[in-house]
Amino acid sequence: MNMLAQMSRKHRAWLAFAALAMLLLSLPFITDALLGRGWVRILDFALLYIVLALGLNIVVGYAGLLDLGYIAFFAVGAYCYALLGSPQFGLHLPFWIVLPAGALLAGFFGVLLGAPTLKLRGDYLAIVTLGFGEIIRIFLNNLNAPLNITNGPQGISMIDPIRIGEFSLASTHELFGLTFPSVHLHYYLFLCITLLVIFVSLRLEDSRIGRAWMAIREDEVAAAAMGINTRNIKLLAFAMGATFGGAAGGLFAGFQGFVSPESFGLTESIMVLCMVVLGGMGNIGGVVFGGVLLVLLPEALRHGAGPVQQALFGKMFIDPESLRMLLFGLALIAVMLWRPAGLWPSRQRRRELSADDDAAQRGTVYDAAK
Amino acid sequence: MNFLPMTMRRNGVQCMTPPSETLLEVSGIGKHFGGLAALNDVSLHILRGEIYGLIGPNGAGKTTLFNIVTGLYQLDSGNFTFDGTGYVSCKPHLLAQAGIARTFQNIRLFANMSALENVMVGRHVRTRCGIWGALARHAAARAEERAIIGRARELLRYVGVNRPPQTLAKNLSYGEQRRLEIARALATDPKLLALDEPAAGMNATETESLKTLLQTIRADGITVLLIEHDVKLIMGLCDRVTVLDYGKKIAEGVPHEVRNNPAVIEAYLGGGSA
Ligand SMILES: Nc1ncnc2c1ncn2[C@@H]1O[C@H](COP(=O)(O)OP(=O)(O)OP(=O)(O)O)[C@@H](O)[C@H]1O
Ligand SMILES: [Mg+2]
Repeated sequence: MNMLAQMSRKHRAWLAFAALAMLLLSLPFITDALLGRGWVRILDFALLYIVLALGLNIVVGYAGLLDLGYIAFFAVGAYCYALLGSPQFGLHLPFWIVLPAGALLAGFFGVLLGAPTLKLRGDYLAIVTLGFGEIIRIFLNNLNAPLNITNGPQGISMIDPIRIGEFSLASTHELFGLTFPSVHLHYYLFLCITLLVIFVSLRLEDSRIGRAWMAIREDEVAAAAMGINTRNIKLLAFAMGATFGGAAGGLFAGFQGFVSPESFGLTESIMVLCMVVLGGMGNIGGVVFGGVLLVLLPEALRHGAGPVQQALFGKMFIDPESLRMLLFGLALIAVMLWRPAGLWPSRQRRRELSADDDAAQRGTVYDAAK
Repeated sequence: MNFLPMTMRRNGVQCMTPPSETLLEVSGIGKHFGGLAALNDVSLHILRGEIYGLIGPNGAGKTTLFNIVTGLYQLDSGNFTFDGTGYVSCKPHLLAQAGIARTFQNIRLFANMSALENVMVGRHVRTRCGIWGALARHAAARAEERAIIGRARELLRYVGVNRPPQTLAKNLSYGEQRRLEIARALATDPKLLALDEPAAGMNATETESLKTLLQTIRADGITVLLIEHDVKLIMGLCDRVTVLDYGKKIAEGVPHEVRNNPAVIEAYLGGGSA
């Protein structure tokens, strides 16, 4: 302890960083040993959802555009991967083409969706984006006749696994004397992508573009009067968010080997939105935290609720699936009541809360909402 | 007391070679809201380097005129010429780029951004860094970002917001918020600074220092268009004023002439809402 106190701030930061890196690197092995392989798979999904949530955070958290159809971009990325890399059309394009193609196509759809909604704000925007999300899903569901493109509700299966060069992530590999099963390999790939997306988000946040997004979120009229081309900057937010979503979709398709319209419903959109809002809108740490929480907790409940009830009461009262939704709803309400800025609010929102206090004491607080 | 860098200082009117002495010319502008004529055939012209007052009773159409020349409203008839270019309808950001910057009657700061960031947003229109620059942070992008921060700090000092730059805009005092709005507008390097009741809610001392600030801004070569209810401020500051009443221009001239104009006295006293 004494040694820790003597170290300079910088050293401590490095130590924390190294510890975190070690933890992240060894996490699949630890999880595998303690909880079993199924949980490593859940970790993989958590990382995918974090990428999704970080993408949505650009649209909702930075630019303040409430998007309820975000999962559509995930779908576009996933289906793009599935169609270009599966027996469906007999195309088996390499991963490094298919994934960027899906991301770019999703980005294009982001602009397509964004363009007609530019004049809408708040609730209206939410409703229209919700509609767009559903349209994409319904399209995917029905594009099997007269020309079969998406295979309809059956979805597309036997999608090519993620393969980087000759290195397939679908099989077990022996590296550095360690055995890496498929889920572990996916974990490391997804971790890299997540870190990349975090890096991109951080850089954007603290830039001319990021400030323009936030200005639009705060007051679109004033932003326009200050010379911000609100149309382009908003489209850019839609496109960036959608690109991240599309990339996550491609990874999802390659990881699962199967996609169907069912994975891209409104519930999923809302789930991703909850990650952003619960964790702390606009704050990358909060969004990551929200993503981890909302993927892991339900799984923990699913596995834990049954045995716990059996042990306590000797029988099952509530089946774990409904308990999951129940607790989820309660948690949401609780957070909105007590921590409206999220569990881990952004730097500014936190500052604003503490600054509110001393401003109130000085009696100079001005209600900007007026 | 001059913190403006050279790029911003236009050394007054003389050394410019303007296409004309007129910076903003408004010709026959009309604007209706339903049956209400908020502006009715209003014409005026503002010369480079002057402080021009726009006064009139409540609801006279002053803010509406601001909204038209800053692109927030589309006009129904007439047109305006700014810095040699004619406009009928134009997007707000293009007018900001052309050199009109404004403040708002009901302060519209980016409330949850810091004071510094508010001013930094004002630099948006004069800077270029895009997605690639933001991600790569190459030398040019870093230099631009440093320049933005430097200029924003300079402007905060210039308008006299002496608070930690990280203070959130909404936690500034009322007078500071008004000044911050001016700093944000100045950050766009405007040729014309349009201020909508900047002294509203200020006490006498604050108004006095606002007056000094506006004089400094004008001395630095920026033309000022001022809506104000404070008669003393208008009299002490403006070179010329226009009086609007029910959307019509009822008088124009130097302040003390206008003050004694019977139509103006009638508008203020008759309206009873000065
Ligand atoms: N967006 C709008 N929709 C409908 N009516 C409007 C709108 N904007 C302004 N008006 C009306 O136009 C008239 C002129 O309003 P304006 O805000 O320009 O007055 P003003 O001279 O700025 O007054 P004040 O001194 O109170 O600020 C008013 O009657 C107002 O109600
Ligand atoms: Mg007004």
